[in-house]
Amino acid sequence: MIKTTAQKIYVGLIFLFLYAPILTLMMLSFNASRTRAKWGGFSLKWYADLFRNREIMQALWNTLLIAFIASFVAVVIGTVACIAINRMGRRSRAVMMGITNIPMLDAEIVTGISLMLLFISFGLKFGLGTILLSHITFCIPYVVLSVMPRIRQVDASVYEAALDLGAPPLKAFFKVVFPDILPGVLSGYLMAFTISLDDFIITHFTKGAGVDTLSTKIYTEVKKGIKPEMYALSTIIFVTVLLLLFLVNKAPKEKRGKIQTVKTG
Amino acid sequence: MKKILSIACLSAALLLPLSGCGNTSSGENGEVIVYNWGEYLDPETLQMFEEETGIRVVYDEYETNEIMYPKVETGATEYDVLCPSDYMIQKLIDNDLLAELNFDNIPNAKANIGSQYWEQSTEFDPENKYSVPYCWGTVGILYNKTMVDGTIDSWSVLWDEKYADNILMQDSVRDAFMVSLKRNGYSMNSTDAGELETAKQDLIDQKPLVQAYVVDQVRDKMIGNEAAIGVIYSGEAIYTQRENPDLEYVIPKEGTNVWIDSWVITKNAPNKENAEKFIDFMCRPDIALKNFEYITYSTPNDAARELIEEDDIRNSPIAFPELSQYSNLETFRYLGEDADQLYNDLWKEVKSN
Amino acid sequence: MKLNTVKHNKPAGRLLSAPFLLWETLFIIVPLAMVFYYGLTDRSGAFTLENVAAILGAEHAKALWLSVCLSFVSTLICFLLAYPLAMILANMNVNQHSFIVLIFILPMWMNFLLRTLAWQTLLEKNGVINNILEFLHIPPLNIINTPAAIILGMVYNFLPFMVLPIYNSLVKVDPNVINAARDLGANELQTFFKITFPLTIPGVISGVTMVFVPALTTFVISKLLGGSKILLIGNVIEEEFTQAGNWHLGSGLSIVLMIFIIFNMVISAVFDKNGEGNML
Repeated sequence: MIKTTAQKIYVGLIFLFLYAPILTLMMLSFNASRTRAKWGGFSLKWYADLFRNREIMQALWNTLLIAFIASFVAVVIGTVACIAINRMGRRSRAVMMGITNIPMLDAEIVTGISLMLLFISFGLKFGLGTILLSHITFCIPYVVLSVMPRIRQVDASVYEAALDLGAPPLKAFFKVVFPDILPGVLSGYLMAFTISLDDFIITHFTKGAGVDTLSTKIYTEVKKGIKPEMYALSTIIFVTVLLLLFLVNKAPKEKRGKIQTVKTG
Repeated sequence: MKKILSIACLSAALLLPLSGCGNTSSGENGEVIVYNWGEYLDPETLQMFEEETGIRVVYDEYETNEIMYPKVETGATEYDVLCPSDYMIQKLIDNDLLAELNFDNIPNAKANIGSQYWEQSTEFDPENKYSVPYCWGTVGILYNKTMVDGTIDSWSVLWDEKYADNILMQDSVRDAFMVSLKRNGYSMNSTDAGELETAKQDLIDQKPLVQAYVVDQVRDKMIGNEAAIGVIYSGEAIYTQRENPDLEYVIPKEGTNVWIDSWVITKNAPNKENAEKFIDFMCRPDIALKNFEYITYSTPNDAARELIEEDDIRNSPIAFPELSQYSNLETFRYLGEDADQLYNDLWKEVKSN
Repeated sequence: MKLNTVKHNKPAGRLLSAPFLLWETLFIIVPLAMVFYYGLTDRSGAFTLENVAAILGAEHAKALWLSVCLSFVSTLICFLLAYPLAMILANMNVNQHSFIVLIFILPMWMNFLLRTLAWQTLLEKNGVINNILEFLHIPPLNIINTPAAIILGMVYNFLPFMVLPIYNSLVKVDPNVINAARDLGANELQTFFKITFPLTIPGVISGVTMVFVPALTTFVISKLLGGSKILLIGNVIEEEFTQAGNWHLGSGLSIVLMIFIIFNMVISAVFDKNGEGNML
């Protein structure tokens, strides 16, 4: 009993540590004062101002657009790559996985500057396009790593049976293999989306004039003091995601209580 | 895993329309790409410009001259209008990165900007061919009356151990060295190895006393009583005093930097005509006034100054100091590539110490 | 028939891997090669080792050493915090795997810079924490703009990357193995050190690399929480690119960083052959 209480306190403290800054930011979004340094009373005005702030809205649009496209393209390339890798021999598979791992293990700053050097040397104009190319690049590994384990579980003979029965390869794939790997594809997509959404360092090196994502916008604002509208926007995004998480988790909860096993570690 | 799917889809569905309002289309008369200091104009003036001219403004911001320069030099991003400081304009001119302005397209510039500012600009733009002054000011000490003893009138206070951990220094090479050089009575454009060595050593000695090296964050920190003394641009002084009346701005007796930030157009500007229209618009008295009220940096636009309603601001010794009262005022000059390198190396020594 | 499909699949497999290989070559291999090219040449394009050797210069060596120390301490703290946490979570509820993953990636929906900046508000002299401490008559905590604040920022930002792989490898430990050990008379501690911990080493190694590399190379955390007083190797490289404009030196120093990273890759490849300790 004491042990579980201690465990609960420990988990509670860690979550306090993880979520304290988020609570702080939410508080700041209700701060009537323009500067973060003073509490000027409770106010909702930043929420109203937010929708009139063209720059922030544009940055939000860019951020979501980039995250959508980048994670989608990454899912396509990554999933196809997984199918290919799965059919390879041990050695080539190891090489492919090694390549996949480079951007995961490499420092973001190195990935960022290497892409910057590439774009400059090839004379590409910095803008939405260069950001997209970079984001797709660092999203692919997340897709591969979440699809790969699923695809290895797929029974190849089912696919071959479908082919034998005369199904064209593409149809056979979508009818037989795809439903099995779908969970992996989706979690890869979500992971890629989140990582793209939160990226600052690589975007910092590959962005062009007037194309800001929320991250780079915040970075320029850090210096003069973050505009409170930004806190309001972050609060809205966070609360939306949090609410959805709870809604989706609420339904199956009762079922789960029954299979819950109490173990002590 | 279905949960994850639904969350991803739902959040996307909910957030997308929110951002939809931010999507703007390109202007009917093309665009102009402006690269300016962070929060250095009233965003409303950009909207007004777009509505009046049908030119879309692509707006980007930088924190220091040193960050701006490589971006312009590599040309990976095309910019039309920049707003660098004096010495950086000289560097841009020296490296043939600026276009000569056609003042026929910028009638408001000559009409409204005071003659002394054109005069001052000849230090870095000898024939006034490349630049139109936008803001000017001094660098000084901002201090919190309740946290310091007596009056402050010297850079030396930044080396006073009494204020350990209460000092905010500028986090940019030239500004930091300016303070240290001036304190020793040297020129802030010094390239003398011995003088710079002394200045560097002083900065290293000062480091344990410094709470943080900041650029614009000095504003928030001083308002929040986080520090007693900070090195700050005069333009921030009015804003910070408004938010926290305990703050006082002073120009140290050893002299300081008088700077001008001016609009310039890049050599390979894709929209030169629009860029000139933009600069002209910024020189209009009502627009210059709007910007002054928003950013509180001193405007060289005499016509705009006339329009300021509050007497104490129009005649504020902080915003519009009588420069003849101070001695040893200087303006930064570009010192050449080798000196740049030397400054950078010395600064890195300070920062890594 | 079976033979036939295999024959068909080989070239098809290669074809399917083409987009991926093309992409990875163009946007990972070529860019890295460019870093090496810039790092090993000077402004005139002649070969030189000067930019790499520059790491031995006083300022750079100091920045690198400090980065290594801070990221080592952060990684250690992350490990010490994460392991017990992962054990508690793994024992809590068998069916909530994706929920736990989500709880840790949920903060990412609030921007990383804002979250780090929030620590500034919390830690400042007149910040939230000190106000609470003052209210409780406890002496104030003055760690903002010190290495301690940077470590805190690193632990805060990278803790999930340590928790998730360890959690994932703990969940995979077969309870029968543990029960068997207990039946054979091993006590709790013995079971942990002889059975559980060795089985989770791939997760730990993966966590360590996921924390150590970003901590080693960060420039944002040190800038926001260190008051720009503390120069880490990431800051040096970033400033070479964005301010000093010396790409050759910046690339040379990045090559040095890559040596650390490759070392890390080798370790994780040796300990984690099957990709078990993956965070997803």
